[in-house]
Formats: sequence, structure tokens, C-alpha cells
Amino acid sequence: MRDTLTGSRIRERRQIAGLRQADLARQVGISASYLNLIEHNRRRIGGKLLVDIAGALAVEPSVLTQGIEATLISALREAAADAVGQQAELESLEEFAGRFPGWAGVLAQMHRRVVSLERTVETLSDRLTHDPHLAASMHEVLSTAAAIRSTAAILADTQEIEPEWQDRFHSNLHQDAERLAESSKSLVAYLDESDSAGDHRGVPLEDVEAFFDANGHHFPSIEESGGDAKLDLSELDSAAARSLTQDFLNVYAADARAIPLDKLQAALAEASLDPLQLASRFSVDLATVLRRLAALPDGYLGRPTGLVVCDASGSILFSKSVPGFAMPRFGEACPLWPLFQALNRPLVPIHQRVVQLGRTAAVFDCYAYAWPQSVLSYDQGPVYRSVMLVRSVEDVAQDEQAVARVGPSCRVCPHSDCRSRREPSILSEGF
Amino acid sequence: MSRKVLLIEDEPNIAEAIRFLLTREGWHVETHAEGADALQVIQGASPDLVILDVMLPGKSGMEILRDLRELDDMQSLPVLMLTARGQSRDREMAENAGVSRFMTKPFSNTEMLTAVRDLHAQATQS
Repeated sequence: MRDTLTGSRIRERRQIAGLRQADLARQVGISASYLNLIEHNRRRIGGKLLVDIAGALAVEPSVLTQGIEATLISALREAAADAVGQQAELESLEEFAGRFPGWAGVLAQMHRRVVSLERTVETLSDRLTHDPHLAASMHEVLSTAAAIRSTAAILADTQEIEPEWQDRFHSNLHQDAERLAESSKSLVAYLDESDSAGDHRGVPLEDVEAFFDANGHHFPSIEESGGDAKLDLSELDSAAARSLTQDFLNVYAADARAIPLDKLQAALAEASLDPLQLASRFSVDLATVLRRLAALPDGYLGRPTGLVVCDASGSILFSKSVPGFAMPRFGEACPLWPLFQALNRPLVPIHQRVVQLGRTAAVFDCYAYAWPQSVLSYDQGPVYRSVMLVRSVEDVAQDEQAVARVGPSCRVCPHSDCRSRREPSILSEGF
Repeated sequence: MSRKVLLIEDEPNIAEAIRFLLTREGWHVETHAEGADALQVIQGASPDLVILDVMLPGKSGMEILRDLRELDDMQSLPVLMLTARGQSRDREMAENAGVSRFMTKPFSNTEMLTAVRDLHAQATQS
């Protein structure tokens, strides 16, 4: 039977190689539109053209016709990139995956498992200091991960391994995978329980953020009423959480009065998003614009957009998360964030493109601004707060503006040479 | 005569993996999974090197190490400590107790083998 997915594989391989359709088409002497038809499996391909395309993509033609899953190749590349002290033979990667698809699959699966554990550690590390029960649970998870990592590496790296050892290690991997699944489920159950325990958490700010998250950080009733911030807050358990939430809703309402939603949407439809221009257009300060942009309905800005607010001590007062940009729940964030740089230069707008080191290494556009929260009396310095809008960036070109390297928090940041480090990373040796 | 390592680790699959790796390196590997009587086991086995987990049933690896270093003939025995807790205060505690090398789980096999080779080389030179 003729394989009908050769075009899809060409497309995958081209994208992995970072080639544009037009570039590849030019290299093999066909039009971009014809290549487009091939890539969408609407034109058959074989013979010399297939060989030429395979050559341009630096793969064997059989890889395109028979296919090695691009996801597998990608996972192996990631595993190689993450390996510490081991230099994988990347030039033989496809040959390895082609000749030993089973082993390649095992390696990729184990790497995914380690990545998943790293994410779990990052998410939970904030809580570790505060929760000894959780620390004990994490010990169980990490010990199981150690067994999996060591066993998987033996299976992947050992050239000749006796069948009885091989069977035993496969059995151990299976046991550990089961145990890891159980430990992870127990952890999730524990966290779910603590999340639903209201006052048990003892952190009203978490309740505030949960309330804003549940509403998508957008409140149509406030928008439609022209800034009436009265909402039903009875679902919040503690008086402290209700009071804090009302404070943030009051700020939301004041921002909505200063920049009505329909006028903001009209302004965004006319021109590209530039917070400073918007501040000028609505005669408001930049902090108002940044908060307002983060409060637009989900998906309005096209790209995920988050927000974080801190006070002059650096304590995080409020955050709206954005995928790929880790924001510690209990403060202690990376001091290199533009949010904190803004506190060094109050009233100076900061626009900085950053990459947050860690698992995803995603790029974000950050706009930060520190403003005086209050002026208490004559001859007394103001107390500043700082706000930062965080927008994910797509299609980052290599030669684009300089990208600053920041971390999530020292504890889970892999940047070992950072001069601003407060404490060693728990990831630096373990992973 | 082959070199002997005593592995004190209560996670059987980690112990098995380490045993496999070290056996291939020419080590004779003895394992033990209890903390309570680990000190006596170390004394009885007279190993060239000890790999010691921190979280053990009965008695922690940290306590075992402290007790071990109080024995006159165990001052220079190389001890590689394994732990899931890699924070600076844990490392400091282990160093104060007399650890030779401290390694955080999950470690890589290469890292573990390198540590064992280094520790043994240092011990035989001194």
C-alpha cells in the first residue's frame, strides 16, 4: 500500500530543520505552491524529487516514506540537550531512532517522565518550605525518579546486557513507573485537599487569585455598570480574603472607569498594542494601562498575557499567570525581573524582552512600571508599587532585540553563574 | 583482591541499579537496607567505600555518619551520601558530619560512577 503521509513528514522535517517552504522549494527546484501541495499530501512524490528533498533535509529518503515520528526525534533531541556531562551523538540521532525504535521510545518516555517530575518539583518547591508533609511526599517521588533515571540510563547506555539483567531492569522500571503514578496521584490528592480546605491554607492571597482566575480576570458586571465594584464575595471563606478581593476589585473598577472597555477595544483595533501610547491617549498612568490590558477578556489580545504586582519590599501582591512564565506563589521571585528593576527607577517605563530559564525557555515581552501607591504626608517619601505585564512572544527571530535572561526563583533556576543568586538551586545537581 | 563497596540504601531498585553499575566496574558490592544496625554492618564488612542513603528506616544516614566518624578507625573511610534533599543546609549538615561526597537524587549514573572513582582514588593515594 502506498504511504499517503510522506508529505506530512516532509513538512515536519522541514519545520524541525527551521526551513521556510520557499527555501526548501528553491533548493530542490520546484515552486513553493507545488511543495505546499506535496506537504498537504495532495500530490504524490517519489523518485528524484523525493531524493532531492531528503538530501536538502539531511535525512534518508526512507525516513520520509516510512517515517520516524518527528515527536520521537524531537523528544530525543530534548533528552540530549538536557543531559548533564554526556555528549550525545546528535548526528546519529535518526539512525539510532530508526535502528532501535523501541529503545529510542523507552529513552524518550523516560525523559518525558523526568521532565514531568521537574515540573512537579518547580510547582511544589514553593510549598516545600512551608509544608513538611509535602517534603516527605516529594522524597518518595524523587527517590522513585532516581531509580527510574538510573535504570533507564543503564538500559539505554549499556551495549551488551545479559538477558536476565535486562528482564530484571524492565520489571524494575515497570514497578517504579507504577509507584511513581501512585505517589503522584497521592500528591495531587493531598494538594487538592489542601486547596479546598479554605482557611487551612492560611494565605488569603491564594483565595483572591483563585477568585480572579475563576472569573478569567474579567468582570462583565463591573464593565457594564460603568465601574460598580459590588460583587457577591460570599464564596470566599475568610474575612481577610473578602477584604483583599474587594480592594483589588475597587482598583479594577477605577481602571474600568478610567479606560472604558469599548474605548480600549476601539483603540486596540486602530493601532498596535503600545501601552505608553494608550496611557497618553487615555490620560492615565502606565500602571492603569498595564492592569487594564491584563483584564481584557480571554483571547482578546491574541497571545496569553499575565500580570504581576509587587510592593516596595518585593513581595508579590497579585498575579495573573501566563503559560510558560513561572511566578512563585510565596514571593522570592527572580530579582532580575523587570518588575523589580522598575522599583530601582520609579516612574520610568520599562520594556524588556526576557527569556525565563527553565524547562520551556519561552520568550516574553515585559512592560514594567513603578508608581507611588500613596503619599502619606508632606516631606515624607512615597511608598512605591510595581506592576509588570507579561506577554508571550511568538516566532522569535535570532537577530531580534537582545533578550534578558531571568529565572523563576533561585530555588528552581538553572542559571548557576547568576550573580544575583540568593540560594543554590535544588535542580542544579538533581537534574 | 577486589575492592568492596557497602551500599546502604532502602530503595531496592536504586540499590539494584547501583550494584549493577559498580559490579561492572570491578567492585564487590554488598547491600544493606536498614539504618538501625548500619553502623555494626559497616564495621563488620570493612568496606573500601560506603554509599549511604540519608532517609533510612530505623536511623538516618546523617546519624550513622556522625557515629561512624567518632570511631577511630573510621575517620578516613570514604562515604558517598545520597539524598533527595539538596538544599544548602542539608549539604552543610552532611559536611559537618564528615561526609566525603554529597549527591542529590535523582543523580546520573555517570555522576555516581565518577564520584566513586574519585573517592577511591583519593583514599588509595592518601
